[in-house]
Amino acid sequence: MTSTSSSRPVLRRGDRVFAGTAKGAGILIMLILAGVTVFLVVEAAPALTAPAEDIPGGDGLASYIAPLLFGTLLAAVIALALATPLAVAIALFITQYAPRRLAQGLGYVVDLLAAIPSIVYGFWGVFWLAPKMVPFYRWLEDNLGFIPLFAGPTSATGRTMLTAGLVLAIMILPIISAIAREVFRQTPTLHREAALALGATRWEMIRMAVLPYGSSGVIGGAMLGLGRALGETMAIALVLSVSGGITFNLISSGNPSTIAANVALQFPESSGIDVNTLIASGLVLFVITFAVNMGARAIVNRRAEFSGAGS
Amino acid sequence: MRSARVRARLLVPGLLVVPLALGGCAAVNERNLATGAGEQYSGTLVGAGSSAQQAAMQGWTAGYASLQPEVTVNYDPVGSGGGREQFLAGGTDFAGSDAFLDEEELEQAERRCGPEGIFELPNYIAPIAVVYNVAGLDELNLSPGTLARIFDQQITRWDDPAIAADNPDVRLPDLAITPVNRSDESGTTENFVDYLFQAAGEVWPHEVDGNWPVPGGEAAQGNSGVVAAVGAGNGTIGYADLSQAGDLGVARVRVGDEYVAPTAEAAAAVVENSELIEGRGEQDFAIEVNRDTSGSGEYPIVLISYHIGCLSYDDPQTAELLRAFMTYVLSEEGQEAAALVAGSAPISDGLRDQALAAIDAVRAS
Repeated sequence: MTSTSSSRPVLRRGDRVFAGTAKGAGILIMLILAGVTVFLVVEAAPALTAPAEDIPGGDGLASYIAPLLFGTLLAAVIALALATPLAVAIALFITQYAPRRLAQGLGYVVDLLAAIPSIVYGFWGVFWLAPKMVPFYRWLEDNLGFIPLFAGPTSATGRTMLTAGLVLAIMILPIISAIAREVFRQTPTLHREAALALGATRWEMIRMAVLPYGSSGVIGGAMLGLGRALGETMAIALVLSVSGGITFNLISSGNPSTIAANVALQFPESSGIDVNTLIASGLVLFVITFAVNMGARAIVNRRAEFSGAGS
Repeated sequence: MRSARVRARLLVPGLLVVPLALGGCAAVNERNLATGAGEQYSGTLVGAGSSAQQAAMQGWTAGYASLQPEVTVNYDPVGSGGGREQFLAGGTDFAGSDAFLDEEELEQAERRCGPEGIFELPNYIAPIAVVYNVAGLDELNLSPGTLARIFDQQITRWDDPAIAADNPDVRLPDLAITPVNRSDESGTTENFVDYLFQAAGEVWPHEVDGNWPVPGGEAAQGNSGVVAAVGAGNGTIGYADLSQAGDLGVARVRVGDEYVAPTAEAAAAVVENSELIEGRGEQDFAIEVNRDTSGSGEYPIVLISYHIGCLSYDDPQTAELLRAFMTYVLSEEGQEAAALVAGSAPISDGLRDQALAAIDAVRAS
């Protein structure tokens, strides 16, 4: 066994095939994204150029999509506001407080939440959560009704924006907590021990060492969750009672729909320009989701430099 | 009588056809088929449209498959609008639609089907029930004006004098009314609003449309969503296909001097006594439902779902299959199958005879 040409780099067929497939996969994902963009723009074009009275509602594309966009953002923001603190708390408990065995089991259970289909969340929201929330909403209306968010009148079925936000919050909880868990776990032991050695309590240690280290990861996870919340369709279509325009009232029957849920509800009976209008609303959602992801990336990159966490 | 003929078809041995087929050309054979002599068909029919009649269509395709195992009927419940569009574009053989074709679509239909035009048959008639959920309220009578003002959110309490006037001997609770409507565009909404528009008069200020016109109410997806929402709240009232009403309270609606409950018979009766729309094709049975009827035992909140097809097809097999399938759909047996699975109202004998004549006019060009 003598090697005749040891100077040349060894490039076996397997290497070449693997490099080629990896490159192909990378290019394919760009092509798919470009294809979706082109489809959305081309199909939305008739609605963008159509006269205002042809658009459903009769007041033009902007006033058709505006309440939908508002509803989409409102539901997602509620979900994010509820889910992020809870997810961080769960992640902290699992990584810092819980005994190892419990931590593992709890981690599995939270991850399992991500495996439940969204339509099941929808059913759960409609049949279980919504009716249970009605007394709470009544209480909010009676005691905090002066805040426009809880002005009422309270929905008799509980199928409100707040319920929809709650269901969404539970749906995005596993995404955020899984990422937060990973970054908290990677906090350098030296940082933690240094904090403890200086006489910090456990909470002070978390505040000084774990949270600053993990904050960029938490934000990244929250943005991933936001992406899911923005695009969630079936759960919202089932849970939310959509019969209103732009309103901050979270506990009444009249709520704005979300873009994705509206497409799901209206598409079956739509034809012609109505379909183009729905696709135009989808284009808006696409752009928003894209912007959210870009923004998240920018934040994560900037924070990474400050915190010294690096890559 | 008609159903007997359909059954007889099964019994007549296929052998009878053979001498005819051998003795004559294709034209003879075709004439024979048109008169409905015994025949086993084979092939595929493609339809699309109304999701309201989806359950009934499943009953029909299953029932027809047991009579004609070689025939496949594919029905895609894309929705009425999509069904009409696909049919007019030539993509499907027939459409199911909760609304008859409008003027513009009739022109397109002429391009699709040629000068012979189209048939529109009201093959699926379903009563729409006003369902409510109020603890302790077992019976509820409503006049059209009261109903309209409830759904327009003008009457907001169950013990409103207007409701009390319709229910003199009933103790009405001091409870807020939550009207529930559809959040998706639907033929059920369109027919319900059409009823309010016609029967309630000036009390109902909104246009007829498949999208619910009053903002701010409780909205839910599909018949099942409305029924679930009504069932979940106390003091709720909504409208849904009668077959979906389940154990919810079902209101009786004032017609003339009496209050009529939604039943298959009452729904069929109002359609029977409604006028055909003038000036359409000879085989076009577009019906203007007489919503403000005062006829005894007529329930005016009904949804009619049509089957729309050409009177002339390029492909003789399509014409033949469509004729055979629609004859089954219209037969007592077919209507019973739909009533069983979808809770629809069987069409009256008078309407059946007219519709069968229309189906017999379907030819290959």
